[in-house]
Amino acid sequence: MSSTTTATASKMWGGGKSPFNVEYGKLMMWYFLMSDAFTFGAFLISYGTIRFSTNGWPDPNEVFRSYPFASEGVHAPLVFVSIMTFILIISSVTMVLAVKAGHEMDKKGVVRNLILTILGGLAFLSCQAWEWNHLFHEGAWWGRNPFINHDGTASSTNFTNFFFTITGFHGFHVFSGVIINIVMLTMTLMDKFEKRGHYLMIEKAGLYWHFVDLVWVFVFTCFYLI
Amino acid sequence: MSNEAVVHAHPGLAHEVHGDHHEHHHHETFITKYVFSQDHKMIAKQFLITGMVWAVLGGLMSVLFRLQLGYPDATFPWLEDILGKWAKGGRISDSAYYALVTTHGTVLVFFVLTAGLSGTFANFLIPLQVGARDMASPFMNMLSYWFFFIASVVMLSSLFVETGPFSGGWTAYPPLSALGSASPGSKTGMDLWLIAMALFVVSSLLGGLNYIATILNMRTKGMSMTRLPLTIWALFFTAVLGVLSFPVLLSGFILLIFDRNFGTSFYLSDIFVSGVGALPNEGGSAILYQHLFWFLGHPEVYIILLPAMGMVSEILSINSRKPIFGYMAMVGSLFAIAILAFLVWAHHMFVTGLNPFLGSVFVLLTLLIAVPSAIKVFNWLTTLWRGNIRFTPGMMFAIGFVSLFISGGLTGIWLGNSALDIHLHDTYFVIAHFHIVMGVASMFGMFAGVYHWYPKMYGRYLNNTLGYIHFWVTIAGAYMIFWPMHYQGLAGMPRRYYDYSNWESFKQFVELNRFISTVAMIVFAVQILFLFNFFYSIFKGRKVTSQNPWGATTLEWTAPIRPGHGNWTGEIPEVHRWAYDYGKDGKDFIPQTTPVGSDESEHH
Repeated sequence: MSSTTTATASKMWGGGKSPFNVEYGKLMMWYFLMSDAFTFGAFLISYGTIRFSTNGWPDPNEVFRSYPFASEGVHAPLVFVSIMTFILIISSVTMVLAVKAGHEMDKKGVVRNLILTILGGLAFLSCQAWEWNHLFHEGAWWGRNPFINHDGTASSTNFTNFFFTITGFHGFHVFSGVIINIVMLTMTLMDKFEKRGHYLMIEKAGLYWHFVDLVWVFVFTCFYLI
Repeated sequence: MSNEAVVHAHPGLAHEVHGDHHEHHHHETFITKYVFSQDHKMIAKQFLITGMVWAVLGGLMSVLFRLQLGYPDATFPWLEDILGKWAKGGRISDSAYYALVTTHGTVLVFFVLTAGLSGTFANFLIPLQVGARDMASPFMNMLSYWFFFIASVVMLSSLFVETGPFSGGWTAYPPLSALGSASPGSKTGMDLWLIAMALFVVSSLLGGLNYIATILNMRTKGMSMTRLPLTIWALFFTAVLGVLSFPVLLSGFILLIFDRNFGTSFYLSDIFVSGVGALPNEGGSAILYQHLFWFLGHPEVYIILLPAMGMVSEILSINSRKPIFGYMAMVGSLFAIAILAFLVWAHHMFVTGLNPFLGSVFVLLTLLIAVPSAIKVFNWLTTLWRGNIRFTPGMMFAIGFVSLFISGGLTGIWLGNSALDIHLHDTYFVIAHFHIVMGVASMFGMFAGVYHWYPKMYGRYLNNTLGYIHFWVTIAGAYMIFWPMHYQGLAGMPRRYYDYSNWESFKQFVELNRFISTVAMIVFAVQILFLFNFFYSIFKGRKVTSQNPWGATTLEWTAPIRPGHGNWTGEIPEVHRWAYDYGKDGKDFIPQTTPVGSDESEHH
């Protein structure tokens, strides 16, 4: 038994074919995602380093407590960001469905689910835009921090500095993902993939989209929960 | 649709599967052949020649600042003619000196030894040696070069802005790099520096992804990973290092851009700038930048060194007519170096106030690198041992590489020790160490590669006599320049000073500094000789008449003398053995394409 596995393994790596049975684009996408994970990792570790060397930090429950059309003094901690997160996770589900439809060569299914994913991405970006705008009107921006620490002392501007930089960088990734998905949708509608005989591109776009969602889980944890 | 079917249906792999693809000739114009080329061999040459332009500029900068160090009191009116206000009265100004030192470092490390070295040889050798028609994505490969080109243009333009290029050292530590008010070079020059470096990261990422995908996916039939030439293993680990460490640098740069332009305090806290006053920034950490920088900065050393190691292994084996000693140990030590490269960055920061306990962990990990490095050195020496050595210019440079790597590596053991580092940090000892082990050694690897693969690149040979002159002057010069710097460093002479004659303790080095500067100029002149050889030989060099002039086993020598787009006419050759069957069973060498005979002794 074990000898047969070794034989197949050495055959896989023996040249003349892809050892992982994937074409080069998907391999590149995986390596790119590893690379991008290091970018976000560096950001979040920087954030952690600075935060732990700073005395006091604002309470996220106090900072993120509003939602659109709420009255002035509303206190709804993390409600809005939970909705945002939910939207993004649902968009991952629709992406999975689009990839699955692609495997089944179901053009209609791909189109429907890609449109839903794009809408999910746009909804997330709109939510982020609203939140940034809301915080901006409360006086927060790069270099400006109106919020106070847990213990009532004045807070470091690095709270807002990191918040806007990292969520902005993530938002930029979501934006790129939406653009990629729109390109995929256009290509699907033009029957590019039908002619190629496979929907592999959708799968690669899907990898990127899931990665961006995964990163949000970490960003969300770091800024809204801890 | 099954995975198998998808893989075979995909056009990217199709040209690997269907070997007769090359018969179809594209109509090529000057633009598509020489400018926006998607052929890996042309892109390699573009990287090489752009790297050469940078090497001349970067080398010239070192000549200029060595002029200042060697002759601190002299004036050279011609300097004012070429540098204008940067050399008023014929003497390089202090800010120009710092700008020269900074730009020399940035240019040599990134533009010459990263793009020029691994960009050239990864592009040239990977498809030819693994047996592929081109890179996995020729288009991304082209983009990789052009991002590098734009980065070059931006970096070059920073030399011409009114306030001068960035002058705070190639590591660009804040606060000097974060505050425009800190120095003239920290204004527009620094903005351009950051833009150029960000573009450079993009170029390196596009290239690296391609190298990895090509090596893993596009090896020809029979080319298992353990049959790969060591060049390919080295370039593979180089690409992985680049893909995983450059993004961290990019993050560090993004935070720096925000500190410079958007009023944040990631790296800034409690700063007073003379003429400006106290700054409001609070809560940041300048050390954070150093961590982010060196998380790239240290792997970067190996990004520079590994390709040279790979090529040297190959060239030593070919010209000793012996198999490389300890192939698997070579691969294993490359892997160990690649892993350790990520775990030692803080040895650049021993004196930043790093916790001494943490420092001792980094000392341990740093000294561990000596193990794989020593394995490699001994394997090179044992490859040479009792070999039938042919001293071609490429071989000379490869042996020179081993010599320099030993000399520079030994001082690395000193510097990796955090206690010794208290005395040695920021002295000329450090300059001597890293110039020998990573700067000059990698240049030697690059020269070895150029001399060795020039026949494959241009179908002609470089002139041997000029090659030998180039080698002997360069190796003698390299030791004469950098060996004395060890003594200066041990005596406590700090790096980056403008004029040492002001200090009583360093006056003893005036003569020595003049000696070093003189040798540096001679060595620089000899590099111009090499450039002449290079460009002259493209058109007038001795023509290569046989397909395999070095009697080498690897696949690139089974391709036509001047391979066209697609590399091989007809089917891509199939591989039946490893790349190092030299002197086996009484045969001088057996190419990788020769099937294993029934009467052969054990084979790989």
